[in-house]
Amino acid sequence: MNTTANTTWTDICPASDLTPNAGICALYNEQQVAIFLCKQSNSVYAIANYDPFGKANVLSRGIIGSTQDITYVASPLYKQRFNLSTGECLDSAEHKLKTFNVRIENDQVQLKEAS
Amino acid sequence: MSKQRVIVVGNGMVGHKFIDTIIGSDNHNFEVITFSEESRLAYDRVQLSYFFSGKTADDLALTDAAYYEENGIKFVLNDKVVDLDFPNKNVITASGRVESYDKLVLATGSFPFVPPIPGNDQEHCHVYRTIDDLEKITESGKSSKVGVVIGGGLLGLEAGNALVNLGVETHIVEFAPRLMAVQLDDGGGALLKRKIEELGVQVHTQKATTEIVAGEQCRYRMNFADGSFLETDMIIFSAGIRPQDELARTSGIAIGERGGIVINNHCQTNIDDVYAIGECALWENFIFGLVAPGYQMAKVAAAHMQGDKETEFTGADMSTKLKLLGVDVASIGEVHGQTPGAQSYTYHDEIEQVYKRLIVSADGKKMVGAVLVGDVEAYGTLLQLKLNDMDLPANPSVLILPSADGEEAAGMGVDALPDTAAICSCFDVSKGDIKEAVAAGCCSMGDLKESTKAATGCGGCSALAKQVLDSELASLGFEVNTDICEHFAYSRQELADIVRVKKIKTFSALLSECGSGLGCEICKPAVANILAAYWNEYVLEDEHVGLQDTNDNYLGNMQKDGTYSVVPRMPGGEVTPDGLIVIGQVAKEFNLYTKVTGGARVDLFGAQLHQLPAIWKKLVDAGFETGHAYGKSLRTVKSCVGDTWCRYGVKNSIGFAIELENRYKGLRSPHKVKFGVSGCTRECAEAQGKDFGLIATDGGWNLYFGGNGGMRPRHGDLFASDLTDEQVRTYIDRIYMFYIRTADRLQRTSVWLENLEGGIEYLRKVVIDDSLNINAELESEMENNIANYQCEWKTTIENPEKLKRFNHFINSKEEDSGLAFKVVRGQRFPLAKEIEITELV
Repeated sequence: MNTTANTTWTDICPASDLTPNAGICALYNEQQVAIFLCKQSNSVYAIANYDPFGKANVLSRGIIGSTQDITYVASPLYKQRFNLSTGECLDSAEHKLKTFNVRIENDQVQLKEAS
Repeated sequence: MSKQRVIVVGNGMVGHKFIDTIIGSDNHNFEVITFSEESRLAYDRVQLSYFFSGKTADDLALTDAAYYEENGIKFVLNDKVVDLDFPNKNVITASGRVESYDKLVLATGSFPFVPPIPGNDQEHCHVYRTIDDLEKITESGKSSKVGVVIGGGLLGLEAGNALVNLGVETHIVEFAPRLMAVQLDDGGGALLKRKIEELGVQVHTQKATTEIVAGEQCRYRMNFADGSFLETDMIIFSAGIRPQDELARTSGIAIGERGGIVINNHCQTNIDDVYAIGECALWENFIFGLVAPGYQMAKVAAAHMQGDKETEFTGADMSTKLKLLGVDVASIGEVHGQTPGAQSYTYHDEIEQVYKRLIVSADGKKMVGAVLVGDVEAYGTLLQLKLNDMDLPANPSVLILPSADGEEAAGMGVDALPDTAAICSCFDVSKGDIKEAVAAGCCSMGDLKESTKAATGCGGCSALAKQVLDSELASLGFEVNTDICEHFAYSRQELADIVRVKKIKTFSALLSECGSGLGCEICKPAVANILAAYWNEYVLEDEHVGLQDTNDNYLGNMQKDGTYSVVPRMPGGEVTPDGLIVIGQVAKEFNLYTKVTGGARVDLFGAQLHQLPAIWKKLVDAGFETGHAYGKSLRTVKSCVGDTWCRYGVKNSIGFAIELENRYKGLRSPHKVKFGVSGCTRECAEAQGKDFGLIATDGGWNLYFGGNGGMRPRHGDLFASDLTDEQVRTYIDRIYMFYIRTADRLQRTSVWLENLEGGIEYLRKVVIDDSLNINAELESEMENNIANYQCEWKTTIENPEKLKRFNHFINSKEEDSGLAFKVVRGQRFPLAKEIEITELV
């Protein structure tokens, strides 16, 4: 494993590869990461791609939604919702997904392990 | 404490109900084992006749091995319990197995009574009770031109329907002077006979069969006591049931004079720890041949076994409402004048063929019974009046008189019902239960069904349940919230109107017009669907992409492991050998699991995201289009070959099916929509089970609407008869768009129709008489849709920008390492695989 990964940003893809209000999946440090671009707030989010309920790597293909002030993705399999900022499952408190630091720098989408 | 060992003898509907009640009670003190002489676990015998309209044994199953295993229920099939040893508390089976019990439940049911007529045991003489019986009947039907049912009761008429479905000339022979002698009076029986005869079924009443001998024209000849005779190729006996109490007879248990295991109010027999429930049980000298009382007994016995001594079986209402051979029939209470001084009101319309008789007490204040044939609208009201012993209105005749145009049908408000009134008898839901559910926050039929199960059995009570629900909501001061979600304070129908009137083309435009927040997984797909239904733009336009998950988003149905299914359209189920070869080649190249679907086309499973474009390229190049299996849209038009090949076909059903499938393909609607087109009344395409169904007759097409399979199967209602091709297209265009405009999100046509005030009659006024003056609009909207059709896969594979999304990783060509497969029966299936937990915090 790349030991510097925790401290440095890694280029993933050009920002133009992001689809507004939808997700993509990136391979980062041998992990599957779902990255979402919310156009309305112009924010980028990154969480683990693995859906612990459906037991499949599919969260990048879910729908982005909001409830009150929380922005979430709903799993395309069984519709559990995960807070995009914290990884918490809104429908089942004991499930929490790993989150990643993500930013757009020099027109590149970049990921970094959350400290 | 060690577990109590409970043996249930018989795994029919009632035996299963008992087990299900124990499972549901969450009581872990019982170890249950059940024995069945049949080769299948419990199935729905009430729906048995659907076996002939295409249902399989699996469709009728009430449970399966997995469910029993999950809940620790042991079961033994094909092994009949043949002896009971009460002193040692053992049961002994035909195979010699000996099992001990702490509690024993006899749920052996009944067997069909076969009158002792000489010649009744020949090869093509059958009874009508089990799936095995039906299989034998089907087999006989293949080599028969004429069939006879002996017995004109409820089950006999169902058996008659089965013969009609098999396409044989059908006769019903009844000993009594009328059909359904127990439930109907002479007037009702006579009208039922007339209606059934109009359907081509010949009814012979007051005929006692004396012998069955070899026939001249047919296989057999039935000789009657009056000297007449009837020739037939096959015979079904349906002359009543007898309790299956043989087992009990040899073991010293108390049996009634005319059979049946005697039980008390707790369903206990005279032997300690032995219960009897269902049709084998005799309560107060009465055998209950309906399933609802059997279910009640199952619950009572289960309760008693768990120490509840309060719950008792206290008899059951034997009122019935059903559709026999397409004729609505209902019977309530006492109809044969046994009540002294009873008087009656009769309404008999020979033109419309409706018969209604209301029998009231001598003082005219209470209802005694009722018979309804041809129009059973009043059943719900009358049943409640009877069950709750309510006072009749001052002029009881209004209860059965037809309402004048525009007036509300006579009846009584649900407010008049007491809380104890049973609304749903399948699941034993009272008005009080519904009130409680509403008080606990339930505010829609969907909620109600989920929390109480009301209206999810036969569905007969759904209108009544809805009335109670609405009246409860109103009385609690609720304003029924029909908002689609927190982002739009509008219903789906209102959003559709806004989109249409303001010509809104994108979700973001609609959100800024009348919404808030970002939207969600409820409103986004719903709005995408509305936009598609009105403007029919390419669904993968940038503005639309994020609105759909799994399905429309990648133009495939996401499967449990994240792979997709690939379903090319095969209009009408027609495919050339070359086309079929291409599908086979593609499936082979990409190692896709291949299955023929119920919609008469081929599903290919297990395609990974990055494979979809290559797969579709090959299919599109071979002339295939997307089948929209992923969309809330037109799925398939199922068809038979009609008069092109079939000896019996009267119209070109396959040609018309293909035309209709091509006409409506790709059209998005609130829910998926299926069609069926049958070339004759044999109905091989099962058109009545589809949203839109067409059946060819000599006079043209009969159009049915609002049928569906699925969780709550429903036959479509006959919308109009003897239509030309052009009329069919026009009416379907209008109905389809009217449904798209006004239905709720994910509301199937059947539910939409049921909730449409005025029902099919109202729909006819809108569509045929243009009562709302919207037909021109509906037609032009449909034309616009048809003109803008595109094969989404063709568009997609021609657009390199769009194809970028079809990779598992945006930054790598690697495949999803989480996928794993196993090979079963020569094909690939997903293998459940736990991914290392390190990805989860």
